[in-house]
Amino acid sequence: MGSVDIFGRLTIDSLPFYSLIAASGAGVTVLGGLSVVGVITYLGAWRLVLFEWLSSLDHKKIGIMYVMLALVMLVRGFVDAAMMRSQQAIALNSEGYLPPGHFDQVFSSHGTIMIFFMAMPFLSGLVNLIMPQQIGSRDVAFPFMNAVSLWLTTAGAVLVLISLVIGKFSTAGWSGYPPYSGVEFTPGVGVDYWVWAVFISGIGTTMSGINFLVTIVKCRAPGMTMFRLPLFTWTIFVTAILMIFAFPALTVATAMLMLDRTLDMHFFTNGMGGNMMNYINLFWLWGHPEVYILILPAFGVFSEVVAVFSQKRLFGYLSLVLATMAIGLLSFTVWLHHFFTMGSSARVNSFFGTMTTIISVPTGVKVFDWLLTMYRGRIIFKPPMLFTIGFLVTFCIGGLSGVLLALPPIDYMMHNTTFLIAHFHNMIIPGVLFGYLAGYMFWFPKAFGFKLNEKWGTRAFWCWIIGFYVAFMPLYLLGLLGMPRRMEHYEIASWQPHLIVAAFGAFIIMLGMICLGVQLWVSIRDREQALDLTGDPWNGRSLEWATSSPAAPYNFAVLPKVEGLDAWWTMKQTGVAYQRPEKYEDIVMPKNTFVGPVIGGAGFAFGFAMIWWIWWLALLSLAVIACGLIVRASNDNDECVMTASEVKAIEDARFAQLAKAPKNEMADDPGFAGEPMQEPAT
Amino acid sequence: MIVREARACRWKGLATVIAVVVTLPLLSGGCAVLDGPVLDPKGPITLAERDLFFKAIAIMMIVIVPVFIMAAIFVWRYRGTNRKARYSPNIAYYWPAEVLVWGVPALIIVWLAIHLWHNTYKLDPYNAIDPSVQALQVEAIGQDWKWLFVYPEQNIAVVNELAIPVNTPISIRITSDTVMNSLVIPALGGQIYAMAGMQTRLNLLADKEGTFWGRNVQYSGKGFADMQFQTRAMSKEDFDAWVEKAKQSAKTLDAATYEVLAKPSEKVPVTYYSGVEPDLFDKIIAKYMHGDSHLMPHHKQAEITEWDQWISSDD
Repeated sequence: MGSVDIFGRLTIDSLPFYSLIAASGAGVTVLGGLSVVGVITYLGAWRLVLFEWLSSLDHKKIGIMYVMLALVMLVRGFVDAAMMRSQQAIALNSEGYLPPGHFDQVFSSHGTIMIFFMAMPFLSGLVNLIMPQQIGSRDVAFPFMNAVSLWLTTAGAVLVLISLVIGKFSTAGWSGYPPYSGVEFTPGVGVDYWVWAVFISGIGTTMSGINFLVTIVKCRAPGMTMFRLPLFTWTIFVTAILMIFAFPALTVATAMLMLDRTLDMHFFTNGMGGNMMNYINLFWLWGHPEVYILILPAFGVFSEVVAVFSQKRLFGYLSLVLATMAIGLLSFTVWLHHFFTMGSSARVNSFFGTMTTIISVPTGVKVFDWLLTMYRGRIIFKPPMLFTIGFLVTFCIGGLSGVLLALPPIDYMMHNTTFLIAHFHNMIIPGVLFGYLAGYMFWFPKAFGFKLNEKWGTRAFWCWIIGFYVAFMPLYLLGLLGMPRRMEHYEIASWQPHLIVAAFGAFIIMLGMICLGVQLWVSIRDREQALDLTGDPWNGRSLEWATSSPAAPYNFAVLPKVEGLDAWWTMKQTGVAYQRPEKYEDIVMPKNTFVGPVIGGAGFAFGFAMIWWIWWLALLSLAVIACGLIVRASNDNDECVMTASEVKAIEDARFAQLAKAPKNEMADDPGFAGEPMQEPAT
Repeated sequence: MIVREARACRWKGLATVIAVVVTLPLLSGGCAVLDGPVLDPKGPITLAERDLFFKAIAIMMIVIVPVFIMAAIFVWRYRGTNRKARYSPNIAYYWPAEVLVWGVPALIIVWLAIHLWHNTYKLDPYNAIDPSVQALQVEAIGQDWKWLFVYPEQNIAVVNELAIPVNTPISIRITSDTVMNSLVIPALGGQIYAMAGMQTRLNLLADKEGTFWGRNVQYSGKGFADMQFQTRAMSKEDFDAWVEKAKQSAKTLDAATYEVLAKPSEKVPVTYYSGVEPDLFDKIIAKYMHGDSHLMPHHKQAEITEWDQWISSDD
């Protein structure tokens, strides 16, 4: 028995040789991992990767790693989507090419990946990269905790990826409703993979929320009062509060589901006093604020982009801030609309329905304020702005269908149909993803010092938006035809034409994905032609454009003094920008440490051990985590000093570069409004 | 100038592409959707829900249409290359605009909220359709992966077929003997979840004869896609004949037969049972209450587990 117990319930049969499709998915995953290792070895970059990146506590590098994770998971999640769309396009009275047990895993992993491991890391990445610079800070409040958040999120993502190779993933959907997700109906490791991936990354996200909130409250530059914060930072402020309050509900719900599954408890089971409705309440008590956790930062990005590329002040700053706060508050009062159909009374349903429709008021205010920002502007159609305009129009359709679903009588009809699927993809693709992609293209030069190729960015935008309409408008119609979500095959012939159109839409979106890849490749290849020498490639308004691109490790050699809204814009107007200080001072920085990645690795091992019942490994990884924390906590030598002369060397190089740079990198754009900018002082 | 014209052409070209791409699927789908179950209802519930659907869309157009128009005009007029348009880089606040952007959506929400409350009460699936008429009682039990319908007054049961007399209120008690299911007949109304150990209720009425599909729409495992049934709305006489036919069935549904039936199975053909275990529905619910039997003082009061009771005990 002993030799068996070492591996828990993990056996050689857990490898995916039972099906060609599963085996090829596993093969691609393994090859992908190996090729990353191969490329790093080929470039001889292991020292760089390990000592400059993986162990880094620099919020900008952590942000970049988050976004890299998000982009990888975007590809994986898209492959799932393409598989579903092609299956449904052919599955009229036929099994298609995916059997139910496999199709179910595909839709479960698609949702799980896109929400937890694409959108969340993308969000944390953009926040990490930009928010500290926007508030004029040198770092986040807790740099080490930041690294732990990143590596726990990565641990969760790797658990989902590894489920393709060893064992199977959940078939219970991204929301894991019991009792189906209970051990009685879904024995095996699938749901356990889902539970542990979500649980571990959720802890990371809770810590991210704490970190972001404390950073905004405590680390602002002198003069940066709350009502001088750029709107992106305001949305992060509210998002962070939502993360702190909402994610524990998910952590508790998944932990209880895990106890049901692993220790035979009965929180959510059918019998023995279990109550599945408690899970559904807890899940959506997190799940609805989560929607706003995702979209508020995207709103923040749009607010920045629309002002910069309309070459105009943001319209209705106070309204936008109040609307953000209102959305944050209201987001906790609507969760029941996810289950109007569960038999609650008309009074309960009316209350939650009304609260839901009320959220559309502050959201509508935002849309109008963005439109009014464009009014009497000089709009430059760079890719981030294209994504913003595409969002403004498309998002309204999603808002309309959202309000429809908020009316309980209509929800009775439309719940669980593809109308619902069309609705939330209408919010999440043009809302969340377009926002993050706009942020990615907007802030890329700040991360790497050169701009992304605009031609390919524009092509990506058109493929994404056209693909979105072609893929999801048919799903609205299918909802009116009564088609339920998650159908592996069907018998109603009138559904098929719509599903074929939708599959074609997914194909156009795939072209959009390819354009994004080509854009990155072409931009890296031609980076010398698109260097951002000033650190302010778009004639920006907020403080992140005051740093060099890429920003120095300390962001600001001298902390900026903020005089009002649009701090950097004001500095450029008053001639304070680009001025050299009298002298530089020593700057204290956190030292790199491997404790973060070690905790993440141990977190992954712990999750893997709990999934496969390898108890010794679970105990060992917990011990490693405990040791890591003790070692870190008892290390008083965790900071290093960058001396004034080192700072001066970096800054001298920066000013030498500024002297060579064009006065204003936007000046040759035909749409440039011709705002004079101060000479960089040398 | 040439550059500018080329740009204008490109914009027009793109606009055409978008227009075609957006409208084609809408048009091609439009015809089929019109005779879909939701837009061509066969009963008053779906009809009322459809009307609310269109009313709500219409009222929201007050906000949506201006957004589309403003977006189109602003993007065109204030494009950076158009030097003729006015440029006011510093306007950031104008109080009448703020009043409008908060006020108009708020007014629409007031209108919507009134309709929402009214219709949510009116179309509550628990409401009897016509309290003055005795409704036909049906009990629906979701199983892996089929629906069992019990007609307690007629003492018959049928798998995967629901026969109802037209223009007669139907009151369906719903539970599940497996994972969570959700019962919907799009042409008539629904949906309401079916949950083990709990009872939910759905009141329906068909005002046209015909065959309308119904199904489980809550994902429930590998047989989910085939968990569907036909609803046959027929005249009173035809319904009586249908009941007679079911009563002729050689099969009866006693506790033992039920246990066999409840086991997972897919694509089960329509099966009639001429006699049903007494109180079968309540016994199925009671099966899941053993861990907490004090919650269930009497099996006739199964509705106590509805969570509404926890929210509002003053009803």
